[in-house]
Amino acid sequence: MSDLLKLSLDEVTTKLKAKEVSATELAKDALAAAQAAQPALNAFTAFDEDKTLAMAAASDEKLAKGEGGLIEGAPIAIKDLFAVEGVSTTASSNILKDFKPTYESTVTSTLWGNGGVFLCKTSMDEFAMGSSNETANTGPVNNPWTGANGEMLTPGGSSGGSAAAVAADLCFGATGTDTGGSIRQPAAFTGTVGVKATYGRTSRWGTIAFASSLDHPGPFAKTVKDSAIMLQAMSGHDPKDSTSLPNDVPNFVAACGQSVKGLKIGVPKEYRVDGMPEEIEKAWQQGIEWLKAAGCEIVDITLPHTKYALPAYYIVAPAEASSNLARYDGMRYGLREEGEDLTAVYENTRAAGFGHEVQRRIMIGTYVLSAGYYDAYYLRAQKVRTRILEDFDKAFQTVDAILTPSAPSAAFALGSKSDDPIAMYLNDVFTVTANLAGVPAMSVPAGTDKDGLPLGLQIITRALDEETMFKVGHAIEDAAGFNAKPEKWW
Amino acid sequence: MSVTADDVRRIARLARIAEPEDRLDALTGELNGILNWIEQLNEVDVEGVEAMTTPVKFPLPQRVDNVTDGDCRERVLANAPKSDEGFFVVPKSVE
Repeated sequence: MSDLLKLSLDEVTTKLKAKEVSATELAKDALAAAQAAQPALNAFTAFDEDKTLAMAAASDEKLAKGEGGLIEGAPIAIKDLFAVEGVSTTASSNILKDFKPTYESTVTSTLWGNGGVFLCKTSMDEFAMGSSNETANTGPVNNPWTGANGEMLTPGGSSGGSAAAVAADLCFGATGTDTGGSIRQPAAFTGTVGVKATYGRTSRWGTIAFASSLDHPGPFAKTVKDSAIMLQAMSGHDPKDSTSLPNDVPNFVAACGQSVKGLKIGVPKEYRVDGMPEEIEKAWQQGIEWLKAAGCEIVDITLPHTKYALPAYYIVAPAEASSNLARYDGMRYGLREEGEDLTAVYENTRAAGFGHEVQRRIMIGTYVLSAGYYDAYYLRAQKVRTRILEDFDKAFQTVDAILTPSAPSAAFALGSKSDDPIAMYLNDVFTVTANLAGVPAMSVPAGTDKDGLPLGLQIITRALDEETMFKVGHAIEDAAGFNAKPEKWW
Repeated sequence: MSVTADDVRRIARLARIAEPEDRLDALTGELNGILNWIEQLNEVDVEGVEAMTTPVKFPLPQRVDNVTDGDCRERVLANAPKSDEGFFVVPKSVE
């Protein structure tokens, strides 16, 4: 593998602008490295070399004239939930296995407008429903980090392929989506940085829907500054998404490196959960000490409804999913399985096209929305969601940011939780609150555990205040000096 | 609240998913596991609390009611499982 691929996005775009490296050379290197890693990592679902090289050539033309966008010439991997025109886009589901969109998602088209070069599509849990990438129709992704005895670990999920690709230095940034933690948990499991901005900061148009009021497209990156560059290159108002924020996009990149002196950092006692490994608690304490040393004031806070966030999520998200996924009926696109009448065609198509976890969630959603159960389940969950938002609103009256662990464990072995849905759901216990409230949150690598596996810390800030999140994230990164890398075995 | 295999059959029908009879018992167990876990929401006092449907705090924007797209029949049909003469071909639905 070329050493160029080990550079950060910030470093490589500087080299591209200085014409020390060409976008074409970089694209060829990245394609070769990603394709060589595919049999071992299984992180990718589609390549389109012609498209990649054409985009790289166009970047080279711009760079030659001294032009080009924020990430001009940098190869970027795209979660298979984003429509990329003419390229297989499947949501890692059999129901879309032959789907090639004739349109481009707003996020990817914004990335290309800023000079990004399409590298490949990445594997994910089917329809983003999972926390281990094991529900993908193409099988699990292997984390570049392996266990103490060399066992294969999950990269986390749902955006497992993107996280693995960034961790293995196969691209300079990747897109993900975060509905309950699907960017931040895989980022924590792979030693990468993962960001979910304020709800509406990044457009959902052209991103295959899971739970619309919770879905947040966002980036994976190697460093906090890279993640700010990526988010900058993905964000903006989109008239095609009615929930897209009309606000101007702040300068996220400029926030990185700014002083955190005097910031008040909240530490919520409810994030100390039973059975959490001591090393996570230790990493959290270490994070608190780092921020104290950087001049922050640490404040004990309470987010009393935290324990209800996951059960509320497992009503709201399946309810929205059951409605969103009703479109897969085998008529206009996607798989069609024949049957004796129209209803049988629908039922056979959806039985053959959706995997078990997706079927389970559609059925939970259908049940909680059905006559007689709507008030007891769905309406109550929406009210609990209000309680969770109130918890944050109250906390942010006294603090500027909240520091928590990103996930309750390090990366676990593939297969170890796949038989117990609730054990799997509990992976998102620290991340899901920010989705329900719509506030920005990121995961930053903070250290390693006794097996040498990465651990992440999460920073949560007020809606629209990603700048404080990046400041604090950068301070943690600075103090942690995290530079561990998985040993290359792929 | 818990569901029976009959309830699960009905839910599967509503969701338009053909669940084979031999999977119903396992599914019933899985769904009850999740539903029982969700029951803890009953501990939360939600008296007088408004239901939250979205984190968006501004009113839904409205655009001018103009046609902004179209004239792209081939693109619309490009992913159809079956199409003919510029139309989607679907199973007979009216007797």
